[in-house]
Amino acid sequence: MIGAALAVLARDLRLALRRPGQVLQPLAFFAVVTVLFPLGYTPELDKLRQIAPGVLWVAALLASLLSLESLFREDAQDGTLEQILLAGQPLAALALAKTAAHWLLTGLPLTLMAPMLGIALGVPASAMPGILSSLALGTVTLSLVGAVGAALTLGVRRGGVLLGLLTLPLTVPTLVFGARATELAIAGEGPSGALYLLAALAVLAVTLAPLAVAAALRIGSE
Amino acid sequence: MFAGLRFAVSAGLCLQVVGDNGAGKTTLLRTLAGLLEPDEGEVRWNGQRVETRSLEFQREFVYLGHQPPLKDDLTGRENLRFGLALRGTAPAGDAGRAIDAALAEVGATALGDRLVRSLSTGQRRRIALAALRLTAARIWLLDEPVTNLDAAGQAVVASMVASQLDAGGIVVAATHQDLGLAPARCPQLVLGRRA
Repeated sequence: MIGAALAVLARDLRLALRRPGQVLQPLAFFAVVTVLFPLGYTPELDKLRQIAPGVLWVAALLASLLSLESLFREDAQDGTLEQILLAGQPLAALALAKTAAHWLLTGLPLTLMAPMLGIALGVPASAMPGILSSLALGTVTLSLVGAVGAALTLGVRRGGVLLGLLTLPLTVPTLVFGARATELAIAGEGPSGALYLLAALAVLAVTLAPLAVAAALRIGSE
Repeated sequence: MFAGLRFAVSAGLCLQVVGDNGAGKTTLLRTLAGLLEPDEGEVRWNGQRVETRSLEFQREFVYLGHQPPLKDDLTGRENLRFGLALRGTAPAGDAGRAIDAALAEVGATALGDRLVRSLSTGQRRRIALAALRLTAARIWLLDEPVTNLDAAGQAVVASMVASQLDAGGIVVAATHQDLGLAPARCPQLVLGRRA
């Protein structure tokens, strides 16, 4: 089971390396959306600093969502999803492996980019550890919740909008606590409380989402 | 789609499913593979009713749909290696050598290191046949196994099916083309006509 899950993870990472453009798109989206605020709202860092938590989190949420639509779609189109469904392996473990690959290719780079973009929004260097840890925890939940949505909308033509409608409400707790942790970090107060809640959400998602993804994929194969 | 269908396939036998387009050949195969849930009825294996979606039963069969399940951006060899790791059925000895042998058997040795993206439909199908050869599953569920294959490729399918049957396996194939087996070894199941 672990061997099969690692094989899925390694395959998805290898495929991403062969098509780097697809991996870079959400990251570029994240950067462009964030940088639009200093241009479109105000160049005053004091004002930007106030909206920085919301901007960073909403942009990260949308960037993560952007890349989720293709999570299972390509496998479904080329028939490899059927092989994964019929592999004689626990499907939830394979679904978790696919989601882990998504996080490594989207959530992790988004997190690592955030400090640079934070500078453009006037975020002080002292807030970076808090921002990094909140995004690292939050994007795990975003990938997992999004994977459930992606599995559910697999059979829907142009399911991107539906994916957003399904997934965004479920990501509200992550958005609220993530933005709060970032706000506290920028204000120089300890973000631990919000980080604990983000961690709890991530644990809940790791536990439940793979089972939901597996069930949705089975229904979708009919 | 169909009702009142009842059949059994013994070890070492093939079942050729034929029927008009839309008669339900693919539906039957997908039901056997557990990709579809039958409205009623059951599947028995070794005399016991089985849950077609159970992981134990999944290890008994391999399903090959009409589309070769390959990743465009991987080479044939990488696809085969992934298939082996996914099913967790490491062949005896070296995996690389087993892959070489399987590719040689389907006449695709030269294709193994090319990206699947660059292969023709028939060449992809040969790689998929090599993947089939690498699994240790006893039951083969094949949907249109010889479509898009040239004469040599069709002969490969025929010899693979024959050797699978010789090894005591079972093959259920939905195809209108002759698999080159004696009728006694490969009875036909005609869908869409009242018996």
